[in-house]
Amino acid sequence: MKILKALAVLGALVSLAPAARAAEGAVELPHTRFSFDGIFGTFDRAAAQRGFQVYKEVCSACHSMRLLSYRNLREIGLSEAQVQAIAATVEVQDGPNDEGQMFARPGRASDRFHSPFANEAAARAANNGALPPDFSVIAKAREGGARYLHALLTGYADAPAGFNLGQGMNYNRYFPGHQIAMAPPLNEGQVTFADQTPATVEQMAHDVATFLAWAAEPELEERRQMGVKIILFLAVLGVLAYGVKRRVWADLH
Amino acid sequence: MSIGLHKSDFKNPVVRWIDSRMPIFTMMQKEYGTFPTPRNFNYFWNFGALAMVNLVIMIATGIFLAMNYTPHTSMAFDSVERIMRDVNYGWLLRYVHANGASMFFIVVYIHIWRGMFYGSYKAPRELLWILGVVIFLLMMATAFMGYVLPWGQMSFWGATVITNLFSAFPVVGEHIVTLLWGGFSVDNPTLNRFFSLHYLLPFVIVGVVFLHIAALHITGSNNPLGIDPKGPQDTIPFHPYYTAKDSVGIVVYLMVFAVLVFFAPNYLGHPDNYIPANPLVTPAHIVPEWYFLPFYAILRAVPDKLGGVLMMFGAIAVLFVLPWLDGSPVRSMRFRPLARIAFFLWTIAFGVLLWAGGKPAEGTYVLIARLATVYYFAYFLVILPLLGRLERPLPLPESIATPVLRGGGPLPAGAANSPMEKA
Repeated sequence: MKILKALAVLGALVSLAPAARAAEGAVELPHTRFSFDGIFGTFDRAAAQRGFQVYKEVCSACHSMRLLSYRNLREIGLSEAQVQAIAATVEVQDGPNDEGQMFARPGRASDRFHSPFANEAAARAANNGALPPDFSVIAKAREGGARYLHALLTGYADAPAGFNLGQGMNYNRYFPGHQIAMAPPLNEGQVTFADQTPATVEQMAHDVATFLAWAAEPELEERRQMGVKIILFLAVLGVLAYGVKRRVWADLH
Repeated sequence: MSIGLHKSDFKNPVVRWIDSRMPIFTMMQKEYGTFPTPRNFNYFWNFGALAMVNLVIMIATGIFLAMNYTPHTSMAFDSVERIMRDVNYGWLLRYVHANGASMFFIVVYIHIWRGMFYGSYKAPRELLWILGVVIFLLMMATAFMGYVLPWGQMSFWGATVITNLFSAFPVVGEHIVTLLWGGFSVDNPTLNRFFSLHYLLPFVIVGVVFLHIAALHITGSNNPLGIDPKGPQDTIPFHPYYTAKDSVGIVVYLMVFAVLVFFAPNYLGHPDNYIPANPLVTPAHIVPEWYFLPFYAILRAVPDKLGGVLMMFGAIAVLFVLPWLDGSPVRSMRFRPLARIAFFLWTIAFGVLLWAGGKPAEGTYVLIARLATVYYFAYFLVILPLLGRLERPLPLPESIATPVLRGGGPLPAGAANSPMEKA
């Protein structure tokens, strides 16, 4: 019993650690539900595909996803032909060829996502000095993950009276410090979804958050499936190990 | 020792041939087979074996990660993400390695706590204890440098803050920092040397672990009663009794480990470390990994930089002299009514420091951290030395076998009810 108590205390200490670093004054995020919540949650493929469409038609004007390749889109249910068609819409610089010249060619499935800016300086110059962050692992790089991304995209509002908003800045309820350089990126009906889903801001934000959650943790489904198997295996092994222990120790007690 | 072939007791001709020329089978049989072990270990005695298992897991996963990692400031972050995305089961390797570090500290903190509660540091096990503290220090250095390798924001800024601590030392401080950095800021040379040392130190740990176990096998293990075995009735062979008992602990440990790896792999990490390192942007709060937070809290509790650094290192250095600070001849706190209370308060103080280390260094947090820091040191430097003289311990049991057999089994009449007054 004592051991259990001690372990419980230690467990409590460990669980304090992430709580301890939660930023002070951060706004409570609205509790959005996602298909990938919980132990058995998976990515809603249709939502992730719609989210990719939002990314491609809206976000990718400023935000890169340089760690993803077009071929990765197969994982959210796009066909080989669709992936190749998407990749072919961008122009990729390749080379040098046999003459030592760089040349442009249509993108291939194996290419990384095309970045909107050549470098950080170009990105800042085009965005009022602000740097649009890369989206490859953004869902892992923000406290709250997909919930935060969804909250941010739907969190634009008029600044409260007396709030000192900087030149060219926008008020957002969930952005740390509430001043964000990005103007509200999503507008009602901005994209036309092939599956007839109405493109409300809420819908687009939810879909793109799903897509970005997948992009940050593409291994999530495989990981959880493996985890369930391993926990079950260990549970059986644990019963056996405890039985062996009891048996071995029987003559001592 | 006489020269010549060892007289092996093994029957298998191949084993016998090897064993008579190099008696490693005899040694293993002696140290892990028949090794006489107190019969009354509780499950706290699993944690040494768990630490060993954890060390092996860390080295095994680390070797494969190193095959796919690029120690360069411009490529380190991307190479880690490539491991996560494109290397077969790379995500598994990396999450096991990253969470393995947390598991290692959980296991070792419990192992140290066990040693402190049951007085395992006392004579004749002082050197065994000191070697353990050396392993703990090496682990901290290894973990710190490992956390720098992904080259995220917390990697970079953690490295900057921690290495800068050395600049507090007068005269040599700045030179030490330059040497650690390999330049005048945390940059590519820093990353290169940290990678090199991160690969080296685990093998140094293996060496010290060997010494730790060698010393253990001279003195023998302590036990929950803290009294020495008085004869064969007090001990049992390590195998099969403790191999079976350790197996149970290992499965439970693996379950906790698996829950972290498969269902909450980033729970103990910091989101900022998924942002590539940027020397021009400082994170709002720079916090080290959770297992360093108690010492980070002590560092920040002291208003003076050098003082804080000295206190932080002192918090670990004091462990080296613990065997001589605690003057009580009674090992186990089961029989020390006052020291037991003082030690539970110390455990709480450690937890409070862990919590305060993750909070910003301002207002009430600093005050709380200071109070906990004072108690942390007071326990070692004031309370234990005083209790060694003043405390009246409870009567110790006559032998290990006596209370162990209390629950049943053949007993000399009345033996359990009249433990001999010893202290």
